[in-house]
Amino acid sequence: MSDQKLVNLTIEGRPVSVPEGTTILEAAKTAGVLIPHYCYHPGLKIAGVCRMCLVEVEKWPKLAPSCATTVADGQVVNVYSQKALDARKGVLELLLINHPLDCPICDQAGECELQDYTFQEGRADSRYREPKRFNPAEDFGGDVLYVTNRCILCTRCVRYMGDVAGDRALCVEERGDRAHIGIAPDHDLSHPWAANVIDLCPVGALVSKDFLNKARAWELDRTASVCPNCSQGCNVTLEMRDTTLVRMKPRSNSEVNHFYLCDEGRLNYEWVNRADRLETPMVAGKPASWENALAAAGAALKGATAHVVASASLSNEALWLLKQTAGTGKFRVAKGAEAPLPGVPDLALRADRAPNATGAELLGFSRADQPLAGAGAVVVIAGDDCAGLDTGALASAKAVIVLGSVVPAGAPAGAILLPIANFAEEEGTFTNLRGRVQRYLQARPAPGLARASWMALAGLAAAAGKGGVYDSAEAVFGAMAKAEAAFSGLSYDSLGLKGQMAAGARVNA
Amino acid sequence: MSHGPSASGGSVAQPIPGHHHDEPYVPVFAPGSAPRAKLDDILTRYPTKQAGLLPALWIVQDERGWVSEHAMKEVGDVLGLTAAYVKGVVTFYTMYHQHPVGKYFIQVCTTSCCNCMGAEDVVKAFLEKTGCGELGLTSADGKYTVIEVECLGACGFATPIMVNDDFIDSVSVEKVPEILKKYA
Amino acid sequence: MGYPHKQHPRETPILSKYFGDPEARTLAGWKARGGYKALPQALATDPVAIQNVVKESGLRGRGGAGFPCGLKWSFMKIGDGKPHYLCCNADESEPGTFKDREIMRWTPHALIEGCAIASHAIGAETCYIYIRGEFTQPIAVMEAALEEARAAGIIGPNACGSGKTINIWVHRGAGAYICGEETALMNSIEGRRGNPRIKPPFPAVAGVFGMPTTVNNVETLTAVPHILNNGAEWYKAMSLNNPKSTGSKLFSVCGNVARPGNYEVPMGFPFKEFLYDLCGGPLPGRKFKAIIPGGSSVPVITIEEAEQVKMDYEGFMEFGTMLGSGGVIIFDDAQSMPKQLARLARFYAHESCAQCTQCREGTAWMTKILERIVAGQGTFEDLDTIFELTENMTGKTICVLSDSCGAPVTSGITRFRGEFEALITGKRSSTVAVG
Repeated sequence: MSDQKLVNLTIEGRPVSVPEGTTILEAAKTAGVLIPHYCYHPGLKIAGVCRMCLVEVEKWPKLAPSCATTVADGQVVNVYSQKALDARKGVLELLLINHPLDCPICDQAGECELQDYTFQEGRADSRYREPKRFNPAEDFGGDVLYVTNRCILCTRCVRYMGDVAGDRALCVEERGDRAHIGIAPDHDLSHPWAANVIDLCPVGALVSKDFLNKARAWELDRTASVCPNCSQGCNVTLEMRDTTLVRMKPRSNSEVNHFYLCDEGRLNYEWVNRADRLETPMVAGKPASWENALAAAGAALKGATAHVVASASLSNEALWLLKQTAGTGKFRVAKGAEAPLPGVPDLALRADRAPNATGAELLGFSRADQPLAGAGAVVVIAGDDCAGLDTGALASAKAVIVLGSVVPAGAPAGAILLPIANFAEEEGTFTNLRGRVQRYLQARPAPGLARASWMALAGLAAAAGKGGVYDSAEAVFGAMAKAEAAFSGLSYDSLGLKGQMAAGARVNA
Repeated sequence: MSHGPSASGGSVAQPIPGHHHDEPYVPVFAPGSAPRAKLDDILTRYPTKQAGLLPALWIVQDERGWVSEHAMKEVGDVLGLTAAYVKGVVTFYTMYHQHPVGKYFIQVCTTSCCNCMGAEDVVKAFLEKTGCGELGLTSADGKYTVIEVECLGACGFATPIMVNDDFIDSVSVEKVPEILKKYA
Repeated sequence: MGYPHKQHPRETPILSKYFGDPEARTLAGWKARGGYKALPQALATDPVAIQNVVKESGLRGRGGAGFPCGLKWSFMKIGDGKPHYLCCNADESEPGTFKDREIMRWTPHALIEGCAIASHAIGAETCYIYIRGEFTQPIAVMEAALEEARAAGIIGPNACGSGKTINIWVHRGAGAYICGEETALMNSIEGRRGNPRIKPPFPAVAGVFGMPTTVNNVETLTAVPHILNNGAEWYKAMSLNNPKSTGSKLFSVCGNVARPGNYEVPMGFPFKEFLYDLCGGPLPGRKFKAIIPGGSSVPVITIEEAEQVKMDYEGFMEFGTMLGSGGVIIFDDAQSMPKQLARLARFYAHESCAQCTQCREGTAWMTKILERIVAGQGTFEDLDTIFELTENMTGKTICVLSDSCGAPVTSGITRFRGEFEALITGKRSSTVAVG
């Protein structure tokens, strides 16, 4: 891209230099100017229909749709000239004449671009005196409900389904002011990536059935995270109402998931909120302090051969500490059907339905359908739910140490149980199937005495006489990056919130 | 989906009695059929299959009198398009009937050029004499459906009407009975 | 059926000479009337040379925009290795316009010859004649004529024995005014909704099926063989007013007039004489009041203004209106302007493709306001709103449908404000019963 010709222009008085072929709308972003728009979306083909992004280009007879107008040398663009403001005010008035004023009961309120731009540039009143158009809401299938009256016909959903999802399940039906988004019988939005239309919809026309009436946008706390439901590692935002996760939305990352998240990933989050958690360390069936539990576990490990059952849902940090403490071991991964999103290269719901199989492998752990083979040793189970493990092997183990976020169903009565946080309750990193190391942040406190997995394992390592002292996930990561070639050169700072490729993966690729 | 009040007052024909949506659908474009041969011939004129959509829908309407959702699905299957895509196209163009209509579908131009020459009276006369009563409704005997249509492009011959595919111009209120005699 | 009146001696019948003559529809009949003389010669001529003759003639697009035809053809890069397409715009849906219908149903071979020459001139092997779906008779006549022309080898894989391929097909529309907009027309041929496309890219770069395309109106193409037969100078000489407007033009006349129909006159013909002499003036006992001279999308003018107009592109613009498609709509003193303009607005609301906000919502809103005024429920603020709404709807959308809704309405209110105010104040009802 470096040999691409740069175009110099002025937007709102600021000099801007962007590659040839850039649109005025995108160029304005580089100058810190967000030109209001509805139909434009960087992940979709240009439609140029909402006419909200009209700006004034000096010496041009007409206002230009900035989403569909490419930059030219010497252009002088006025986004906030009276002419441009009047035109956009006109569009807003027209979008609102038939739009219900139902913001108080609309899930989009607070994150609605129609609200935002109206507040910013719209009229305070309406001159519309005629009856408003009314059409009933329609269940579009999947997680999608279409509230027809709120639709502004920007067609983002139609273009997404056709051009990105590769499934023309939606259309614009009818024409003129009778137009609405249409769907055919027997072909609903059950495409595995269909629910993205909810995020793409700039207003409250396409809403999530799962999220319906659950929370107001302004009550939510948002935390950057990584979807834990497969090995793609889609970047997500966890949206919490108090300490309850109520919605998981895609966070854009052009290297991984662009703007999208699959329905399975998006909707598989309720387990984060489950109440039947392991909240206290247990030794031989009795609650214990962390001190005592770690001491017991450390004693069992000292001088013993450990048999490790890890999990592809643990962070790189936790896995590395586990390796320090008890050596590498096996892990198992739930499998599912792969479901690609055709319009985005290398984006799919992956067969590995866990976030960190690659990280585990880079650290020396290996896959096994039955990870607990062989007996007689000290068994350390970290992150595995124990269901279906070889009970004979468990029973004959010298000691069983389980690090888990729920009470493990199959663990023997004498096991030492150490409560750990789930991914929403701690900080850490996952390595996706292409070797991209990505951070996830803590969105809520862990229940009871449960500790972040890195902290629990750091304690265990110390108790077993194997580890250093760490005061944060970042410190663990730093030590790991020094020790493990695959992660060399990486740090939380360099990862940022969009991640970086692991050195090992770079070599393999 | 129903539609609310709209400025242009688009009239929607109602299903006629005795026509059941749940009857098994008989394909229009069965392999070896005449409509299929016709469509295949038309497709040779275009570089894409999708371009055959408007012609295919015309063939469906010629064969069946209207374009049902089953037919949209069939046309989509034949041309490699989804039913939703086809529906978007069908509903864009006003001449494709999305509901069964009377044996004689009467369209009366009422746009300004005809309006100022008395087209509204012609509409009234047709509604009265056919027994349809209201725009878009089909007469009880299933014979007629009358709608107002936008400019038919024969403005100097006010008022032009179409009865099915027959184009009749210079229609006045007085001529309505004799026209209906022809389409009885 | 039939051509409604005899040719007037003051007409210049070039395109319309054989209107009303059924024998002109057949290949033999058309050849006997001098048809298909230009095509074989044209096929042996360099395309650019043909473009130049047409450029020189001053022929401008007869569909409404008035773009120079030869210049449009010269945008097509001959020999770029891509398939080129010609689309003949026979969607004629502009209220007040019915000239292309007559060309097609009386002289189909004239259009075929024009299409074939233009195809050659732009390097196209395929031409689609996009005819509006309601034109069942013109479609049947064109199909029959094309069949004859194909059978005679005039068009097809070896057109006129030239070794060149020129295929011409009819593509039937299905009821959508907007498909007369050239990019919407291309979408409709491609089997899409008839939505206008954003420009650029322009059709000459990426048109139908993404390939270089020229779209020409029926009347424009039909004039081409005459220009090749008689020369650019002959065509240019038909200009009574502004030299930028040349040739003969078909004007469709409808509404409240003694002799409605199509009239062909040289560009620059005096409108007053046209209205009173050729068209026979008003109906008995009535007076002309208002005229929309170029199809319903152009501003309304009063009869007093119209009487001063010279009928060409520039002449109409002098009075704030446009030649447009040449569809002359006449309202007399028995008509209510508010009612007629409300009806026109309803047309645009019905035909809006629904893409652009201003058009989808604005045309419908405009209609509702006007219908409320006509029903006696209007206010003076409504009139202000209409003007501001028109401002919002003008020059801001992909195509000009939304502009076309506002233009006749606001020009009508400006010129006939008294009629609107009377409805608002309720002092007198509009001149005719309003239902």
